[in-house]
Amino acid sequence: MSALHDPRLDGELPRVDRGRLLAALRALLPAEAVLHGNEAIAPFECDGLSAYRQRPAAVVLPETVDQVQSLMRRMNDMGVPVVTRGAGTGLSGGALPLADAVLLVMTRFSRILEVDADNLCARVQPGVTNAAISEAVRGLGLYYAPDPSSQIACSIGGNVAENAGGVHCLKYGLTVNNVRSLEVVTVDGERLRLGSAALDGPGFDLTALLTGSEGMLGVITEVTVNLLPVPACRRVLLAGFDAVGAAGDAVAAIIAAGIVPAGLEMMDAPAIRAAEAFCGAGYPTDAAAILICELDGVEGDVEDEATRVRALLAAAGARDVREATEAAEQARLWQGRKSAFPAVGRISPDYYCMDGTIPRREIARVLQGISDLAERYGLGVANVFHAGDGNLHPLILYDVMNPGELEKAERLGGDILELCVSVGGTITGEHGVGREKIDQMCVQFSDAELAAFHGIKAAFDPRGLMNPGKAVPTLARCAEIGGMHVHRGELPHPELERF
Amino acid sequence: MAQTKQSGDDALTSLAGRIRAAAAAGEALAIRGGGSKDFLGHVVGGAELGTGDCRGIVAHEPSELVITARAGTPLADVEAALAAEGQMLPFEPPRLAAESTLGGAVAAGLSGPARPFRGALRDYVLGCRVLDGRGQPLAFGGRVMKNVAGYDVSRLLAGSMGCLALLTEVSLKVLPAPPVAVTLARECDEAEAIREMCRLAGQPLPLSAASYGDGLLRLRLSGAAGAVAAARRDIERSLGAGESDPAHWEALRGQRTGIFATPMPLWRLSVPAATPPLELPGRQLIDWAGAQRWIATDADAHTVRAAATAAGGHATRYRGGDDTVPAFHPLPDALLALHRRLKAALDPAGVFNPGRMYGTL
Repeated sequence: MSALHDPRLDGELPRVDRGRLLAALRALLPAEAVLHGNEAIAPFECDGLSAYRQRPAAVVLPETVDQVQSLMRRMNDMGVPVVTRGAGTGLSGGALPLADAVLLVMTRFSRILEVDADNLCARVQPGVTNAAISEAVRGLGLYYAPDPSSQIACSIGGNVAENAGGVHCLKYGLTVNNVRSLEVVTVDGERLRLGSAALDGPGFDLTALLTGSEGMLGVITEVTVNLLPVPACRRVLLAGFDAVGAAGDAVAAIIAAGIVPAGLEMMDAPAIRAAEAFCGAGYPTDAAAILICELDGVEGDVEDEATRVRALLAAAGARDVREATEAAEQARLWQGRKSAFPAVGRISPDYYCMDGTIPRREIARVLQGISDLAERYGLGVANVFHAGDGNLHPLILYDVMNPGELEKAERLGGDILELCVSVGGTITGEHGVGREKIDQMCVQFSDAELAAFHGIKAAFDPRGLMNPGKAVPTLARCAEIGGMHVHRGELPHPELERF
Repeated sequence: MAQTKQSGDDALTSLAGRIRAAAAAGEALAIRGGGSKDFLGHVVGGAELGTGDCRGIVAHEPSELVITARAGTPLADVEAALAAEGQMLPFEPPRLAAESTLGGAVAAGLSGPARPFRGALRDYVLGCRVLDGRGQPLAFGGRVMKNVAGYDVSRLLAGSMGCLALLTEVSLKVLPAPPVAVTLARECDEAEAIREMCRLAGQPLPLSAASYGDGLLRLRLSGAAGAVAAARRDIERSLGAGESDPAHWEALRGQRTGIFATPMPLWRLSVPAATPPLELPGRQLIDWAGAQRWIATDADAHTVRAAATAAGGHATRYRGGDDTVPAFHPLPDALLALHRRLKAALDPAGVFNPGRMYGTL
C-alpha cells in the first residue's frame, strides 16, 4: 500500500493555490489558529500510523463551531479538500494529511459541556479525551464504557470517527453502542443535530452511519455519550496455557457456557515475554499463551461466574489460574496487557499492528495460519488481542532500516487480513480502514457494494472534498490491485490448509 | 437446510426481478413481512412485495453469540432457536403477532422494555444482506462482533422502514438469557415514579425493565439468582415495593396492555428519561425507565410534538389518527434533504416504500 495519494488510483484532486488558501484561512481564523511552514506543521504529518507521513498545505485549529462552519463553507467554495483530525492516535492513517489539503485539528474543542446524571449522558466537545469523560463523572458513580488502549490521549471525536473499541467491547459494545447523539458540520457548512437527547432520534439512524465514517461524511463538533453506573464488583483472572489452541478453546468454552466477561484478552508467548520485561505484571513467561478474564457486575453474580470460569479454564487445560480481587492487583494484571504495544516496541525496532476480526471458533487455526505466514516472510509476530470478540491484533515485527522489510511487513499484514476475510471475518474490528487497509477493502467488498459506499459518500459530500482517498477505495484502485489479489469466493493462499 | 437454501435463492431471484421491473416501470413497491406493523407510518400506494418466501435460519452457533436468518423468517422461529440454547434477543422486539418477521422487526427498529438497560435493536445488528433499488444483492457488516470496514449500512437500515433497501438476511448479536427474573411493584404518583426509575437506573443493579402505568411503578430484575435476590432486598427496603405479576412485561412487549387497545390515536414519545410528567390530555404509559412515553390522546399533533420537542425528544403518531398528519416527527429541511439524497443513492428510482416514513421520501 502506498501512503501517498495517487491521482490515478484515488481520484484527481483539485490544485490548490497555497497563497490564496493561506489568505483565505487568515481571513477566517485568528492568526494563531493557522499553522503553515515546515516547522509548525511537522507534528501533524502523521497520526498513530507513523510509517505514513505527509505534510498538509496548512493546519488549522479552530475553537468555535462558527469557525468550523465558515471554514467548511469557504473551503467548499474554493474546492479545497479538508482532512479532519482529533488527537492523532488513530492506527490506520485515517487522519493522514494530504499535500493539497487543509488539516482541520479539533483538539481545541476540549470542554465537557454538560453532565446529566439523571439521564445518564454527557454532552462533550470532540477534543475531550476518552479518559477525561470517565474521570469527570467518577464522583457520580458513573463512567463511559469504551476504553481504547490510547484512552488517556485519544479524543472522543476521533473515537466516533473510527468507531473505537477497547478491552470491554464484548459486554459493553463499541463507540457506536455508547453514543446517543452527534452534532456535525457538513461539507457546505451546515450544522446538523443527529439523534436526540432521548434514546433514539427521528428519521434514519445517521448517528450510527456517521460513527466509524472516518471523517468522510462530516466534521463532528459535539458528542452526547451514554454513561453507565460503575459495576459494584470486579474480578480479574489470569490463566496460563502450554498451547495456544487450548487458550482459544477456553475462550469458546466460556462464551458457550453463557458467561459474557467484561474483558477476555489473550497474549501469546512473544507478547507475554515482552510485556513481562517491560512492566513486570507477573505473567508466566514460560507459557505459550495467557488469558486475562475480567468479570464485573453485582457481587453474587461475579463470584458465581468466577467459580465457573475457573472450572472452564481448568477443563480447557489451563495449568494455573490466578485471581485478583484487590484493585491494585487487578491493575497490575491489566498493566501488562495495556502496555503490550510499547513493550513490543522495545523488543523490535518497528512493529505494524493489524486489526482483523474472526469468528471465535477460528482463533486457534487462524493463529496457526498467521504463524505459518510469518515464517514464510521471515518476520516475527507477537499476538495480543481481544479474544472474547475474536478481534486479533497481530503485531508484525520489522526493522525499517533493513531495506525492503517495511514492504514485506505490509505484504504479510495484507495476507493476514485476507486470511481473516476467508474464514468469515473482517479486515478491521476497531482501528478503521483509513489509508492503511484501503486495498483490503477490495477483498472484502464487491464493486457494487463499494459503489453503494461511494453513493452514500456523495449524498453528504458530492465533490469528495472530505478526507479524499481514505476508507473506501475507488473502483479503479480495486481493478489495479485485482491482478495481485485473489477475490472473494476463492481463498487466498490455496497452499495453506483449508479451515 | 439445503432445501431452505434452494428456496431462499429462488425467492431472492424472484424478488430481484420484481424490483428491476418496478424500477424500469417507475412503479412503487410496498415491502411487507408478516404485516403486523401495517399500521406504522403512511400507506404506500404500490404493489405488495412480500418477503415470506425468503425465510429460514442460515446459521446459529451458540458459542459465537450470533444468529443469521433470512428476512422473512418469523421472529418467533428466531426466538425459539435461541431459547433452545438458553439465548435471547436482548432488545426484546415487540411480539405483535405470530406472523411478525425478523426483517420487519429490523426495518421498524423497535425495541421492547429492556431497551434502556441492554440497548436497542440497532445495537445488536451486526450485518445484513439486501437487494438495493436496482435489484442488486449487496452485503454489509458481517457475522463477527466487531467490524468497522465500510460505512455502517446495516445500522442505517435498522429503523429505516424499508425506505432504502429490501432486507433479505440479517445477522444479530445475541446474549445468554438471564436465569432468574423477578418483578416488583409499588403504587405511587407519576412524578415520583420517574424520579425513582432514574435513581435506580443510575445504580449498578440488575434492572432489565421499568415502567409506570395505572398508578403502578413496576421494576424487573434479571440475572443470576444471588444478584437478583440481593437487589430485590435493596429495592424492597428502599422503595417498599413488593413482588408482582411478571406477565406484565410480556403484555407490554406485545403491546397488549390497556393503552394499546384504546380507540384514540396512540403516540410514542421518545424523551430523556428524567422528563417530568408530560402535560398532555389522555391516557399515558411510561416505559424504558422514563424514556418512552405512550400517550393515547385526541390532542392535535402540534401539541403532542411541541411537548416532545420541548423535552428534547420526538413524537411518532404510532397508531390511528389522521393519515394526513405526519406519522414520523418532521425533520429540519437540511436533514430531510440528506435523507432524500441517501435514498437516491440506494434506491434511485424510488421503488421502496415511498412515503411510508416521510411524504417526500
